[in-house]
Amino acid sequence: MMRVSITVLLLLAAALAGAAKMDAPAQSASEAMDARLKKLETELRCLVCQNQTLADSNADLAEDLRREVRELAMSGKNDEEIKAYLVARYGDFVLYKPPMKPITWLLWVGPFALLVVGGTVWWIVLRRRSRAAEASAPASSEAQARGRKLLDEAGS
Amino acid sequence: MKNIRWSIPLAIFVILVAFLWVGLGRDPREVPSPLIGKAAPSFRLAKLHGAGETLANSDLRGKVWLLNVWASWCVSCRQEHPLLIELAKSNIVPVYGLDYKDDPTAGRAWLTQNGDPYTASVVDRDGRVGIDYGVYGVPETFVIDKVGVVRYKQIGPITPEALKEKILPLVRELQQ
Repeated sequence: MMRVSITVLLLLAAALAGAAKMDAPAQSASEAMDARLKKLETELRCLVCQNQTLADSNADLAEDLRREVRELAMSGKNDEEIKAYLVARYGDFVLYKPPMKPITWLLWVGPFALLVVGGTVWWIVLRRRSRAAEASAPASSEAQARGRKLLDEAGS
Repeated sequence: MKNIRWSIPLAIFVILVAFLWVGLGRDPREVPSPLIGKAAPSFRLAKLHGAGETLANSDLRGKVWLLNVWASWCVSCRQEHPLLIELAKSNIVPVYGLDYKDDPTAGRAWLTQNGDPYTASVVDRDGRVGIDYGVYGVPETFVIDKVGVVRYKQIGPITPEALKEKILPLVRELQQ
């Protein structure tokens, strides 16, 4: 029974896909719009559940904002204009990718600055250590010769 | 030399702690509104009471007013409601209500039950005016000055402290 209903569903889906192919131009235009909206919605934050994108959130407000975004897109606004519309109302916080401006410089540059500082400290410590090792234990040529000999024996 | 070795990590640690400490005290749900200092978005909406009458923000030019976003389904609105009633009785500043995404009948019933502090309420059934005002957590309250500029936004219920220390002093300043 289960298998039969799945087969029927698959056939139905195939038929629908075929039907969709018939009016390809109109369909692909709205598909392109859907894809564009989907992408745009993943770049926008829902303000109610703050760690979800507009696309993921089920909050009432997210639904309204999706409607608003769709209408703006339908009226011919481009992505930047739609984002500007939302930023004017909710602030930069609606953008998952904050814009580069003086107040966000630290946010953008901070991690790289920390990496550079950490790398520099690491390099200095390593250099100091190797210098200290060189200074404290100058291996005598006799000991070096013995070491080499031992290694050779182990190798053969 | 030895001093530097210890003082640099210590300084970094202290700075980090300071940042984290400040961060602890802030509410991440309070997103600063970009509307502050800008003209209040315009609206013309039907009044909740009074058939066919409308109210526009431009009708309120020349006076300082509060716009309180509320709804009958909003639980924390109950929390601030007694304060609003008190404020309305004091006649310091008119409070206008925006009944946000609400059924007007339910809204009217809610006001009958809890008391109506509003000079007038308007109905924003589909929440479009709410979006224009950047509303994301009801209740929200805006202080709007004589020329129609948003001066302050309270996100969440008005607390007695916020009313006494921020809203009322600002209203008095703006009324002069």
